[in-house]
Amino acid sequence: MSDDQLSAVATRLQEAMPDAVLESGVYMGETTIVLAADWLVDVCVFLRDDPATRFDYLVDVTAIDWFAHHAREPRFDVVYHLRSIPLGHVLRLKVRVADLEPVPTVSGVWRLGDWAERETYDMFGIKFEGHPDLRRILLPEDWEDGFPLRKDFAIGGYGIWAADNVPFR
Amino acid sequence: MSDRLKKADENLVETARTAIFGWARKSSLWPMTFGLACCAIEMMAASAARFDIMERSGMLFRASPRQSDLMIVSGSVTLKMAPVLRRLYDQMPDPKWVISMGSCASAGGPYPTYSHLQGVDKVVPVDVYVPGCPPVPEALFYGILELQRLIQQGQRQSDQEAPEKDPVLDRTLTSSAGPPR
Repeated sequence: MSDDQLSAVATRLQEAMPDAVLESGVYMGETTIVLAADWLVDVCVFLRDDPATRFDYLVDVTAIDWFAHHAREPRFDVVYHLRSIPLGHVLRLKVRVADLEPVPTVSGVWRLGDWAERETYDMFGIKFEGHPDLRRILLPEDWEDGFPLRKDFAIGGYGIWAADNVPFR
Repeated sequence: MSDRLKKADENLVETARTAIFGWARKSSLWPMTFGLACCAIEMMAASAARFDIMERSGMLFRASPRQSDLMIVSGSVTLKMAPVLRRLYDQMPDPKWVISMGSCASAGGPYPTYSHLQGVDKVVPVDVYVPGCPPVPEALFYGILELQRLIQQGQRQSDQEAPEKDPVLDRTLTSSAGPPR
């Protein structure tokens, strides 16, 4: 699929929901659309069901922490990668949120959102509003050392959990 | 018999005992079926037809720690896995030996992170460290030969006292919990 057609998805979304799209751009053939958080679920349902887009597969949910010398407000980008299996195209959505600001969940739109959002919560501490079961998925459930992929997470040494649970000799 | 001769006689018995037991132990090392990461793939390659290292040195992978006397820690040990690894080690009957295979198991490898144990010797006593990322089957074989040499001499790290903790590496972080949860 060419750049023009990828941009066509952005144009179509812009026409259908003009308030939702804050920004859009194409870089190296990849389209990124920055959305207003309130519109996220509506846009996702539209992208999934519209015959011209048909994004039936949520590849991953992750986040970017803009902190320290890359500091920016709001602090986080929550990133959604979409793929359409029947049409074979991909799209990236971004939502900008501040620390502790909730993001609406897309687990009702794609089932994969459930685990992907739990991982994003686990690593970055992004709160997904309306998620059916927002608890840690990879780290131990009683982990109390914070969110390890945040830029202000200390590297090296062992944390509180390790001190309590690892049988050091 | 003079005292001196008597003592020599006892030592002779003891030396013969060590030699015979060492020979028997090194010749039938049974490693536990236990793979943690990509090193386990090399371990499987080492034991498969091309290198056939396990078969050649009288080794047989057992599916239970209770039937094993060697643990090859093949791969990165996460903090979540560390208690499990220690429990498996504790379930193995004495005498037992540990080979730390690869740089992750030996020293944490390229993961000085929140989730990784920085060397499996912080949890279990290690007899032989095999460097590499991952070590080639020949390197593992060399490690096994070294272990057999140690066993023949009657040396075992599980007899030794635990080393003193490294104050830098083993510090507990309390400042990592930055943001509220």
